[in-house]
Amino acid sequence: MNEEILKLNCNQLREKIRKGEIKSVEAVQTVFTQIERCEAKIGAFLSTFKDESLKKAAEVDAKIANGENVGALAGVPVAVKDNMCTTFGATTCGSKILENFHSPYNATVIEKLLAADAVIVGKTNLDEFAMGSSTENSGLKKTLNPWDLSRVPGGSSGGSAAAVAGQMCFASLGSDTGGSIRQPASFCGLVGLKPTYGRVSRYGLVAYGSSLDQIGPFAKNAADCALMLNVIAGHDEKDSTSVDEKTAALNDYLVNIEKHIEGLKIAVVPQLFEGADSEVVAAVKNAIEIYKKLGAQIVEIQMPYFEYSIAAYYLIATAEASSNLARYDGVHYGYRTKNPSDYIEVYSKSRAEALGSEVKRRIMLGTYALSSGYYDAYYLKALKVRNLIRSDFTAAFQKADCIMMPTSPTTAFKVGEKTADPLQMYLSDVYTIAVNLAGVPAVSIPCGFDNKNLPIGLQIIGSNFTEEKLLRIAKMFETQTEYHNRKPQL
Amino acid sequence: MSIDKKIIVGLEIHVQLATKTKMFCGCELVFAGEPNSRVCPVCLGLPGSLPVMNRQAVEFSILTSTALNCKVAEFTKWDRKSYYYPDLPKNYQISQYDLPIGSNGYIEIPLGKGQSKKIRIRRAHLEEDAGKNIHSGSFSQVDLNRAGTPLLEIVTEPDMNTAEEVKLLAIELQRIVRFLGVSEADMQKGHMRFEPNVNLHITKDGQVFKTPISEVKNLNSFKALEKSVAYEAQRQFDDFNETGKCMQSGNKKTFGWDDVREATVLQREKEEAHDYRYFPDPDLVPVVVDEKWLGEIKTRLCELPLNMEARFVSDYGLSEYDASVLTADRETAEYFDSAVKAGGEPKRICNLVTQTGLKIANEKGCSVAQLGIEPNRLAELVKMIDAGQIGATAAVTLFTEMMQSKDLPLQIAERLNLIQKSDAGELEKIVDEVLAANAQAVADAKSDGKKSKKSVGFLMGQVMQKTKGTANPQVVSKILEAKLKA
Repeated sequence: MNEEILKLNCNQLREKIRKGEIKSVEAVQTVFTQIERCEAKIGAFLSTFKDESLKKAAEVDAKIANGENVGALAGVPVAVKDNMCTTFGATTCGSKILENFHSPYNATVIEKLLAADAVIVGKTNLDEFAMGSSTENSGLKKTLNPWDLSRVPGGSSGGSAAAVAGQMCFASLGSDTGGSIRQPASFCGLVGLKPTYGRVSRYGLVAYGSSLDQIGPFAKNAADCALMLNVIAGHDEKDSTSVDEKTAALNDYLVNIEKHIEGLKIAVVPQLFEGADSEVVAAVKNAIEIYKKLGAQIVEIQMPYFEYSIAAYYLIATAEASSNLARYDGVHYGYRTKNPSDYIEVYSKSRAEALGSEVKRRIMLGTYALSSGYYDAYYLKALKVRNLIRSDFTAAFQKADCIMMPTSPTTAFKVGEKTADPLQMYLSDVYTIAVNLAGVPAVSIPCGFDNKNLPIGLQIIGSNFTEEKLLRIAKMFETQTEYHNRKPQL
Repeated sequence: MSIDKKIIVGLEIHVQLATKTKMFCGCELVFAGEPNSRVCPVCLGLPGSLPVMNRQAVEFSILTSTALNCKVAEFTKWDRKSYYYPDLPKNYQISQYDLPIGSNGYIEIPLGKGQSKKIRIRRAHLEEDAGKNIHSGSFSQVDLNRAGTPLLEIVTEPDMNTAEEVKLLAIELQRIVRFLGVSEADMQKGHMRFEPNVNLHITKDGQVFKTPISEVKNLNSFKALEKSVAYEAQRQFDDFNETGKCMQSGNKKTFGWDDVREATVLQREKEEAHDYRYFPDPDLVPVVVDEKWLGEIKTRLCELPLNMEARFVSDYGLSEYDASVLTADRETAEYFDSAVKAGGEPKRICNLVTQTGLKIANEKGCSVAQLGIEPNRLAELVKMIDAGQIGATAAVTLFTEMMQSKDLPLQIAERLNLIQKSDAGELEKIVDEVLAANAQAVADAKSDGKKSKKSVGFLMGQVMQKTKGTANPQVVSKILEAKLKA
């Protein structure tokens, strides 16, 4: 195995591949050697595609050797969360009900990765249908945190985070409905970006909470995130909620990444530090100090509705989920119960047997919230709260370029620590959920380590379509620190 | 004891729109095909697929709403209606709940003798159709070719009071959507499906009793619609006389229609407390109908059939029957109207269109307007008849010839020697020749006997034969009459 290759980041690797200094085939082989070495311990992947990856890598190498044009991720091994549809392998969503589901089409982001000549080495584990904060809700596999194998990688995109942290790929895609990219990025010491709702097409992303879901990258640093976003961002006529580029222009997120934001104004919400672990608070405060030294100005603000975000989220997301997941019924595809006595049992038993308890809990919660007589008190009320939370953000961005706070109140917790108490699990998303309700973009970056050598994440939240600025702010921090370069011992 | 009953009927109609593609995906909208051959990830409801609104379907719905005198919503949206059924792949249907595209309109239905009745339209909303379950023995199969087909659901107020009115509304609506070009409205293909809600208001000794409402599901012919309403009215009347049961909340019943027995069949005794859990579809953006767009759509409105029909009677002096035949479809109606406006006499044009034209068109499987005779040339043809230049038989010949040639009818008639001979001098010569050659017939004609009339006809025929049918019969008749009297 070529250890030197694994140490490279995406941008470095693609440069070397493009220049012919490293063959994509070598990079892919190295990655699969690492997978063979570590995957049994970590459990990041639900499927891997070694033969196909080597074939694709050889094609890219040949193109480069022939002097042909290649895409932005030419020959770079990446992974995708297994809730994005692919024509290769299964698309399971971490659920028994889709365990053998093979999609006849590729998600738009998959098409974009392929068009950029990326090599998709595997599909990663997740909480079933992206419902969870630890990946423990996967119906198919356990994933552990590469920094401490007794701990969770976060969730729901835990597999995508663990795959990058475990150096089993150079970047990956996750999806974020309530923090599912940022929280695992925080737990695994990565940069994880949730783009603005509508920036990246959701076509082919198996829906959980449609008005909240957004695909985004995990990477080793801000510039790699920018590179990934360059590939996946953009309007898609197949997704009506993806934003027209006339309304919000696409940027080249990479070209100015080195440029500091002059006169940066950072908003902080003092009340929000109260609920977090002291080590997390200390690391985040220290990070803000570093920005101050870079010339940033700190503005203290209040976000009075922020604390209602979990309540609103668990009504809106579950309401949408109850409807989105109705199609997994044993009738058309996926798991079907054996010997049903009538067609009603095809539905009830297939679902009862193949869906996990957290998914059932959320379907029931959402069904209840949408039921006649409860709709106004729950779903409609939650929508109103959502508007108030949005207004909190709008007000904040009139005073500052971004808001900084912890990504998660804790570092990675122990496997099994919160599985008995769903509410405790829900609270681990207390800082991330409001961002999805507002639709704004946010990035989590490594900003320190606790006394157990577990990574701590700093969340930087921007206003709509300011990903370029957010990534530059993230990059400013990397110029002053080395946290993003640390690797877990495996 | 006095007893009087009034039928109360409201109607839900599903009209399949004739868009190029399905409501939320790019699948072509084509009838039939191998099961599950006209499908894609979106209409199959596959994981991760997303709907994209068909703008043409929305425009067709706005156009129809406008023609039905509805208020068109300036802001509308899509809602999910949840229920589990194997032909519904997502287990929710994308529909419109509280903000239908059209609301508060009315449709006028013809009652004959120039009378019409306004039936109020409560709402018109757009939704996607489900697939079809095909049952075979112990198992069922699902065909999703139809899934995602755009349907405009039109709901009337309970303003109809006879089974015939219900049928007339259905026919009138069919004519309107065809005129607008928004639906083929082909009953055989299930393009229009009806669900009447029927009950009776029975007045007995001055007291009014309302019978429980029956909903008859999924009727797809005018005949079944009319008969099922009449059947339900009678059944409810009998039931009332027997049981005295009246309408209460929750005692609405759902029926099917048995076409063979011509009877309704009870499907659900009590109206199930359906909770469809409607909520706005987060995958679709709301629709804003601004004035510019609405204005653009309204330019596609046309004169509606009922109005045209009335105008043909009042302005052109046609019979109601002729007017209704001409306004059965828009193309024929507008073709006729253009020919009249080009100066042709309405009744004569009507005859040519409805007798000669429709017959040929039916044989060819096209419309009269597509036969190749422009309205102005048809008007020219009719003017020639009026001027006595051609006779009735020649007119039909000329009509057929005009389908092949772009020449003016006069040129064609001259070329084919169809112009009627009205020159008295010329015709007198021919008459003399005929009289000279048929002495016996002349004698018979002059007699008062039975043979007289027949012989005059024979001589007339001889003249026509000699002139190859081009002699003006009125002129010949006069000459002949004068000569025989002499």
